Amino acid sequence: MRFFLESKKLILLAAAVYIVLRLIFGFGLVSGYIEQITIYVFIVILAATGLNVIYGYTGQFSLGHAAFYGIGAYTSAYLASITGLENVVFFPATILAGGIAAALVAAIIGIPILRLRDDFLGIATLGFGILVRVFFDNSDKISETLGGSRGFTGIARLTNLEIAFFVTVFLLLVTRNLITSRYGLFWRCIKEDETASASVGIDTARMKLMAFVYGCFLAGVAGALYAHLYTFLHPSNFDFLRSIDFLIIVILGGMGNIAGTIYAGLLWVGFIEGLRIVLPANILDLRWVFIPLLLIVLMMWRPYGLMTKRKS
Amino acid sequence: MEQASYIVAQLINGLQLGAVYALIALGYTMVYGILRLINFAHGDIFMLGAFVAYFLISRFGMPIYLVFFATMAVTALSGYLMEKIAYKPLRNAPKISLLITAVGVSLFLEYFCSLRSIFTPDYIGFPRPFEVEAYNFSLGGLEFAFTNVQVLIFAITFAALALLYLLIYKTKQGKAMRAVSYDQETAALMGINIDNIISLTFMVGAALAGMGGILYGIAYPQINVFMGIMPGIKSFIAAVLGGIGVIHGAVIGGLIVGVSEVIVSAFLSSTYRDGVIFVILLIVLLVKPSGIFGKRIDKV
Repeated sequence: MRFFLESKKLILLAAAVYIVLRLIFGFGLVSGYIEQITIYVFIVILAATGLNVIYGYTGQFSLGHAAFYGIGAYTSAYLASITGLENVVFFPATILAGGIAAALVAAIIGIPILRLRDDFLGIATLGFGILVRVFFDNSDKISETLGGSRGFTGIARLTNLEIAFFVTVFLLLVTRNLITSRYGLFWRCIKEDETASASVGIDTARMKLMAFVYGCFLAGVAGALYAHLYTFLHPSNFDFLRSIDFLIIVILGGMGNIAGTIYAGLLWVGFIEGLRIVLPANILDLRWVFIPLLLIVLMMWRPYGLMTKRKS
Repeated sequence: MEQASYIVAQLINGLQLGAVYALIALGYTMVYGILRLINFAHGDIFMLGAFVAYFLISRFGMPIYLVFFATMAVTALSGYLMEKIAYKPLRNAPKISLLITAVGVSLFLEYFCSLRSIFTPDYIGFPRPFEVEAYNFSLGGLEFAFTNVQVLIFAITFAALALLYLLIYKTKQGKAMRAVSYDQETAALMGINIDNIISLTFMVGAALAGMGGILYGIAYPQINVFMGIMPGIKSFIAAVLGGIGVIHGAVIGGLIVGVSEVIVSAFLSSTYRDGVIFVILLIVLLVKPSGIFGKRIDKV
């Protein structure tokens, strides 16, 4: 109860956003395509928040976040399709299963690799991302349903505005509270100085693992929502570039800034998809020439993220 | 005995691929040594090298030895411009912004080159500058063959390495490079022009990547604007494997990655070949986090 009371302003804000979106969708003011993109924005924000916990708050550089997003997506979609429980009632269970699967893998892989620091950790997670991609590509050898490199088809479309919105807002609030809790303090302390944290008695290995597992859990949940939104999964959806996408959102929003991640996620997805709508078909190819240029200019203009001018 | 010959043949193929990775890895390791930047656009310089060579050979019919010089000059210039335009303004920014910029440069090069008015997004065949011939050898009943392509790759890689060693350890510029990578501020105090040294590093790295691109095109005659992504990532992993910042580490790392990739393709399945690299990387990093030949890293 205290949890809800403490964040009542945010909950009210979220409810207002929800009502506005519900009305817009309900009256059919926008196309189904834009509706889908809007839901996708929440999913991306959730996954990017996971990376923000890992990198922005705890300082553990990860270049393989999309792998956990993919593990969540595949697990949830696979469970739903083999058990045949493809309805709204059991959907939360499969979402949770996706998150837990990602968290479990994160725990197993995190114990050895979180001993590494900085770029070395980045390369190890990048390598793990490649390994997971190889696994998805060969997944048809385990079960035909998973589809391997042909892609996982025929997933039920269960993600709607309500569930995506509720799950994202709830987990964002949980994350916010975690960050301000004692554990969050440990995480931020480790980011500032790992040796000093250890010297004042923080179990750095355990805390780093905890942040990593929690961040990957968020990615897994986001992946599960993604799988049931687009109803089709392909290994290439979870490659290195997707990990970079999340990283870009975290950096643009500013490291260790949840509100920033929300704005940046909205802007980044909105910009990429918006160009698809705005640009005429014959110069659509130019989209990916402009986006990287924009990224380079943004980094020169605001190297500390869009919301911060200068490091304090 | 036949099995042994097959293994030797695969080993040679692996070394051929590994030599190309080694050339790319050198650029990564040099840039990382100086700027502590994973230059993700480096793989695209490699792609650029292959495409420039393609045009020089197929459109202008340039002889192959001139192609090497011209291509390396072009890629060195693009490496120089890349550093001056994209990376230099961020010299004092957080490292992560620089990394994102590198990804931006990489995506830009890929998609810009994939425009139909520039190159093309399709796979195109790389022209054969000479006919492939195989030389058979037999050593104690063990039969194996070298193609002239492999001889060329090994010879050129070896020559490039020797020249690079001379540059880094025997010239004044090389000494300055090592000084900058050791401590930038102190090097600047000693009168070394940091900007020039960084530019030089990028140019040398890009020239080597361009050379790798030509050799790759000759050995695996199918090129595409996205061909640099996976070799780029694998070469960086190779550089980390060998110990980042160490020249011979990058070479050994490249050879290990190339050989293990080919061996896995030959004896297991080609779909697993990308996975095995991670397993090797993980084992090496856990046993020795600074890589096989790396020095202990105390500074964070």
